[in-house]
Amino acid sequence: METLSYLLPQVWFGILALFLFLYVMLDGFDLGVGILSLTSSSEERRGILMTSLSNIWDANETWLILMGGSLFGAFPLAYSTILNALYIPIFIMLFGFVFRAVAFEFRERANRKFFWNFAFGAGSFLAALGQGFALGGVLAGIEVDAAGHFVGTTWDWFNLPSVLVALTLIQGYVLIGSTYLVWRTEGELQATHFRTAKLAAITTLVGAIVITIATPIFYESARSRLFDPPFVYIFALIPLLGIGLVALLWRSLSQKQDGTPLIWTILIFLLTFLGLALVVFPYIIPRSITIYEAAADPSSLTIMIIFIGALIPVMLFYNLYQYFVFRGKITSGSYGE
Amino acid sequence: MDFLSDTVVLSRMQFALTAIFHMLWPVLTTGMAIYLVIVEGLWLKTRNPTYYYHARFWAKLYVLNFGIGVASGIPMGFQFGTNWAPLSEAIGNFFGSIIGFEASWAFMLEAAFLGIMVFGWERVNPVVHYVATILVAFGANLSTFWILTANSWLQTPAGGEMVDGKFIVKDYFQAVLNPFMPNSVLHMFTATLETSLFVIGGISAWYLINQRQPEFFTKSFKIVLALAIAVAPLQIYVGHLSGEQVYHYQPTKLAAMEAQWETIPAGQAADWSAIAFPNDQLERNDWEISIPNGLGYILELKPKLSEPVLGLKEWAPADRPHLLSLIYYSFRIMVAIGFFFAGLMLLTVVQWLRGKLAPESISQQRWLLRGWLFAAPLGYIAVECGWIVRCVGRQPWAMYGEIRTADAASNLPPGNVLTTLTLFSAVYTLLFFAALYFGSRVIRQGPNLDLPIPGVESKPAVNVEPGEFVPNQRPVEAQQ
Ligand code: HDD
Ligand code: HEM
Ligand code: HEM
Repeated sequence: METLSYLLPQVWFGILALFLFLYVMLDGFDLGVGILSLTSSSEERRGILMTSLSNIWDANETWLILMGGSLFGAFPLAYSTILNALYIPIFIMLFGFVFRAVAFEFRERANRKFFWNFAFGAGSFLAALGQGFALGGVLAGIEVDAAGHFVGTTWDWFNLPSVLVALTLIQGYVLIGSTYLVWRTEGELQATHFRTAKLAAITTLVGAIVITIATPIFYESARSRLFDPPFVYIFALIPLLGIGLVALLWRSLSQKQDGTPLIWTILIFLLTFLGLALVVFPYIIPRSITIYEAAADPSSLTIMIIFIGALIPVMLFYNLYQYFVFRGKITSGSYGE
Repeated sequence: MDFLSDTVVLSRMQFALTAIFHMLWPVLTTGMAIYLVIVEGLWLKTRNPTYYYHARFWAKLYVLNFGIGVASGIPMGFQFGTNWAPLSEAIGNFFGSIIGFEASWAFMLEAAFLGIMVFGWERVNPVVHYVATILVAFGANLSTFWILTANSWLQTPAGGEMVDGKFIVKDYFQAVLNPFMPNSVLHMFTATLETSLFVIGGISAWYLINQRQPEFFTKSFKIVLALAIAVAPLQIYVGHLSGEQVYHYQPTKLAAMEAQWETIPAGQAADWSAIAFPNDQLERNDWEISIPNGLGYILELKPKLSEPVLGLKEWAPADRPHLLSLIYYSFRIMVAIGFFFAGLMLLTVVQWLRGKLAPESISQQRWLLRGWLFAAPLGYIAVECGWIVRCVGRQPWAMYGEIRTADAASNLPPGNVLTTLTLFSAVYTLLFFAALYFGSRVIRQGPNLDLPIPGVESKPAVNVEPGEFVPNQRPVEAQQ
């Protein structure tokens, strides 16, 4: 029983990390394409951008819904405290989602597309911004009382580090969005996104470097973890690997390869993600609530492993099947009736 | 304007607004999915192109609704945490896991196969496409099942107990199979189906009145009618069972639904008030028309009840629902709509049997068709009314008998909630009218009967490899 009450929360931490990673990767390119659409030079190009997402955006977003639902069930205390504390960033994200979700259908049917174009691009930007602030807010820690309830103020999440995190996340989304478009488009449009990918790679890298340097300075909580063996070795390794991956990405972009830039970008995301998870674990809200304190009852965690965990391969399967059915380059900006 | 500085009231208003708005869209995406399965099945069976065009045409309205359903659903899931944090922490063990099941079982399935259902006609063979349509319908109804399980459990908590303010699940299956669940799922299922049927029927009636493609729309009209023969009476019966379950498990709600102030002891005649002006201050009805023995017949199908009906005065004002007129009239409106649907169905069936619904002559049934047009939005109203009865009638409890709504709300600065509430009101109003506008455009455009029929020109569709169907371009129909 004792081991279970340690093991189960750890398993759920792993599952949630997986959901969150899948979300950040998939909806990351989705939101990134949305942000890029703000700069599209023509209606036709914007149409192609949206067509490249039309059949997958909902599935991509569902990973977040799944993550939210699982967090609610597996770590009720974390779910309620985090969302309560981050009221403003969460609603920034939600309103962003609302606008971009309806834009897909409404734009297709509208004669004057301007408003829905803007709703799509700005909605994507708002969603990414809200997520960035939320992430920054959680990493900075949330003020709680002895029972783990939020006792801070509504603007606690807003500070220099969280602005940095938000900006970098947006850059990261633009990067993965660009490489996704490199994979799905051809000709002029592809050429444009080779360029935006390079640009975003630079800005993301700068953001990442600044955050890496700033983390131990701003977050005293992270400091102890970062400089303790054995972590110090891992944390020394991550930036090195990161720079290596960025170099590979750069080369693949310069050689105008189709699919590989996306793969390198995904690996960069994965690496960053592992780094974050290592800094955070075993906390779910850094330095105030551990996964053991926030975890649901073992009986609930067990039943959720059966009913959600067992479905993970199935869900991955139908996601992949979808990409398989709609594979190939996109050449026309209208997606049918 | 005290309420502007009361977070609990503002959070309640926000939840009510967002739930009422969200509910508008899944109704059609769950109910119409079943209709789409039927017409596509008919097409595969008969290879009559009309059915294929029906599948294509109604799917246009389907996706429009789906998009707004997703857009308005996501804020629902997050609001439990943002605005109802203490509640979420207390019930997370059970309620949270159910929300997780809904996402993993239902949403993911729907999201994955919707793309194939809508955009995949040219990319997979018809049988695979049909499987996708079935899975979308299955996913949508599965999501009804899970969300109603969660909500029913809030109404009649079961399967565990509160320990230190947190619900600990003892028996998962008992919690899922809580007393309200089976019947509420069924009532919601029939509600989405019935609403969708009358929407499809009403739109078809509009085309028939205007004599546009009568051949085509007589088909959908008759399919809908055939289904309504079963669904409309069933809904009344299942609604009756809903009333019975409230009577047994939530006496405060029943008293509010009936504006019953005094207890009616068992064995006495139980009258039913058809219209009343409940007065919360004076604890009586200012005025009412009642039907002798009506309540007895409604609840137990006999004049005298075997159990007492408790009156509102049995509880202190703090322990019973308020907003009585809202609950009382919402209930009556829903019931009236249920009977109107059944009556309209009967009338139409009579005309059908008399042979008056042939495509050539159906447009002469002006009044009947106008009745259907009028019925198109009624299902939505009934659904919203039903939810108001259910959620407002549950007050003052968020989790019936266990957690009060006032203790369930997050401690937030009222300004925050007021801001989001205002934004939701503005954005949702915009979306509502945009949806009406674009929806009516789709309807005015009508079905596109020039779309290529998959698998007809080239080779027998059924044994075509999916890979061969992948064009390098967007589907032909996309380029029109
Ligand atoms: C097309 C929609 C529709 C129609 C025609 C009806 N209902 Fe209904 N009703 C609903 C749609 C609905 C609903 C929206 O689906 C509710 C809300 C929650 C639920 O489970 O079902 C509901 C709830 C609901 C409740 C409250 C249950 C609770 O609080 O737990 C009662 C007592 C009834 N219904 C009874 C009836 C009766 C006697 C009807 C018949 C004539 C009827 N309903 C027709
Ligand atoms: C009739 C049944 C209903 C169906 C079929 C349905 C369908 C949907 C759909 C399609 C989504 C979007 C999921 C996605 O992104 O793919 C959604 C989200 C959601 N809906 Fe509904 N809805 C129903 C009723 C309700 C009701 C009555 C409520 C509660 C007030 C509700 C609460 C939610 C929640 C909480 C979410 C977000 C899920 C999450 O974040 O965990 N749904 N719903
Ligand atoms: C099936 C999913 C649903 C769930 C899980 C759900 C749950 C809740 C919760 C947690 C609250 C807040 C606490 C409370 O006030 O008791 C609430 C309030 C409310 N809900 Fe529901 N609800 C659902 C569906 C709906 C729908 C579809 C509607 C409307 C059409 C609705 C109407 C309301 C209203 C009006 C309130 C505010 C009641 C008040 O504060 O007086 N609910 N519900």
